[in-house]
Amino acid sequence: MFDFLCEVIEHDEVSKEYCLLKLFAGEIAHTARPGQFVHLRIPGLEQGSLRRPFSIFNTDKGLLWILYKSVGRGTEVMKKLEPGEEVKVIGPLGNGFPLQREVESILVAGGYGVAPLYFLATRLKRKGVLVVGGRSADDILVTDMFVGMGWRVVVATVDGSSGVKGLVTDPLLDELKRVEATGGGCELFVCGPDGMLRAVGELARQYGCKAWLSLDKHMVCGVGACLACVQKLRRSDGSTWVGRVCSDGPIFEAGEIVW
Amino acid sequence: MSLIEMSVNLGGVRMKNPVTVASGTFGYGQEYADLVDITRLGAVTVKGVRNRPWEGNDLPRHVEVPGGMVNAIGLQGPGVDGFITQYMPFLREKGVPVIVNIWGTDIEEYCEVARKLSDVPGVAGLELNISCPNVKEGGNAFGTDPQVVAELVGAVRAVTVLPLIPKLAPNVPDIRVFVRAAQDAGADAISLINTIPAMVIDIETRKPVLSNRVGGLSGAAVHPVAVKLVWEASQVAKVPLLAMGGISTAGDAIEFMIAGATAVAVGTANFIDPSTPLRVIAGIREYLERHGMHAVGELTGSLV
Ligand SMILES: Cc1cc2nc3c(=O)[nH]c(=O)nc-3n(C[C@H](O)[C@H](O)[C@H](O)COP(=O)(O)OP(=O)(O)OC[C@H]3O[C@@H](n4cnc5c(N)ncnc54)[C@H](O)[C@@H]3O)c2cc1C
Ligand SMILES: Cc1cc2nc3c(=O)[nH]c(=O)nc-3n(C[C@H](O)[C@H](O)[C@H](O)COP(=O)(O)O)c2cc1C
Ligand code: FES
Repeated sequence: MFDFLCEVIEHDEVSKEYCLLKLFAGEIAHTARPGQFVHLRIPGLEQGSLRRPFSIFNTDKGLLWILYKSVGRGTEVMKKLEPGEEVKVIGPLGNGFPLQREVESILVAGGYGVAPLYFLATRLKRKGVLVVGGRSADDILVTDMFVGMGWRVVVATVDGSSGVKGLVTDPLLDELKRVEATGGGCELFVCGPDGMLRAVGELARQYGCKAWLSLDKHMVCGVGACLACVQKLRRSDGSTWVGRVCSDGPIFEAGEIVW
Repeated sequence: MSLIEMSVNLGGVRMKNPVTVASGTFGYGQEYADLVDITRLGAVTVKGVRNRPWEGNDLPRHVEVPGGMVNAIGLQGPGVDGFITQYMPFLREKGVPVIVNIWGTDIEEYCEVARKLSDVPGVAGLELNISCPNVKEGGNAFGTDPQVVAELVGAVRAVTVLPLIPKLAPNVPDIRVFVRAAQDAGADAISLINTIPAMVIDIETRKPVLSNRVGGLSGAAVHPVAVKLVWEASQVAKVPLLAMGGISTAGDAIEFMIAGATAVAVGTANFIDPSTPLRVIAGIREYLERHGMHAVGELTGSLV
């Protein structure tokens, strides 16, 4: 974990509402693992504003990539960052996804949830499928980058403007049935809104596979000190505890979560 | 660098400089240890502990507001035994003085926790949280009645020789009454302020934002309120004051010391910039040099 002042190298809009920010982050980028995140202090936000957490989308020779959607005060100001400006970054934070997998990987993304899954896809030896959903075609991001690495991509949008019309769980169900029919196993790696995480976790339970969910909670410290970001969890012996999403997570296996 | 005496004695807690961290904003020290050399702090003040593990409030537990945040964490923690076994070994190894913030729902619980901590090597003092706005029983209810404060401090005094530092609530009509009550009952130092009771409403849903409905305001917004209370407290205090509330620069800390504080604690600012306490230490030293002072104690109560 480091606390660095990082220079903006590139900053571009990738689609309506979404931007790609590349920072020079040295050791933060070198030591990052898929599923981890960084905590940014957005310059230009008024003094005393809290940091904002963002998944690590990719790392490339000391560069840290962040794919983000502007949704509020902080991310609106963040959009104005210019190359050459500097941003305070704490990271890499959190536990990250498990990596050495035996069975087929199915990545399931909603909106900017695709960010940590791309970094994961670059590190998984065996290619699989990305199932991605959103409200409309505008929320379907960077799928070409997965295709370029040899991943199959299946899209679902609520308004039908891209891929099949419906929720991400519709095509996911087809994939789970396919895997079941071949007698193989699979594991899900999931990032998106809470409702989606829950629905996917439930499907995973029905099909007897593991689902690694990346939780999104509002954070303050990002390092496990303030207890603002907690989630009730279940141990294998059935007892429960209250974990910190920032430092015990953000990745938990669906069966651990007490919704 | 010229020789400047930075050490202070906070009612028996010997600090090599006057800067600690505020309870609940620095975990148990180890969470920030990758980012901050905690051995350079005057002391580490840890998150509030009670006699047993406690889950705290439901989410949302915080909300950002202009100049700070409102929180209602609800004092989640591993309990005193868990604290001693899980967190003290690390802090002891670091050799930094540890101030343990303790709470309970009745006086006996404070005493029980204080007794257990009295035999633990590395614990330098106890901060009595009698002013948390975020728990249903105890908490602020203790801190807003001077008689209860006297009774509680007196009872804990009877069970421990550790330095006792009651932490006062800001939402009282006259802070001096509470300072007197605490010191007369045997407090070795007094800490102030805890967060200021506060509430935020989501106007779209017309519901309180925090699950606990109300919480405590902290951060830059509370600083002038805290300065005024520290200044008033210093008028009657015979014991040293540990001041906190919205410190984000050395200037904020120096202001508290001029108002009468012996030591200071950095709270919410840790979340934004974990290097704040170390910057504050360096800034105080630089200020003393610039003003030709030789000891940080010269600042305390130097208001003109
Ligand atoms: C582990 C993690 C990884 C994330 N990764 C990404 C990512 O890769 N790309 C991306 O676009 N977004 C990501 N987010 C969400 C991102 O943190 C929020 O969109 C952002 O904080 C919103 O800030 P704002 O000031 O624009 O919004 P506002 O609504 O104005 O923010 C007000 C407060 O609420 C918090 N907040 C609001 N929405 C969220 C949210 N969804 N999650 C957490 N905090 C929130 C803010 O941090 C701030 O403290 C991630 C969140 C977490 C917890
Ligand atoms: C997230 C959070 C948790 C806190 N937890 C505690 C606590 O456990 N015990 C306590 O006495 N004070 C607690 N406080 C109060 C702080 O120690 C401090 O008194 C207050 O925040 C004012 O300082 P600041 O403005 O610098 O944060 C907490 C404050 C915050 C923001
Ligand atoms: S954000 Fe502080 S503990 Fe997770």
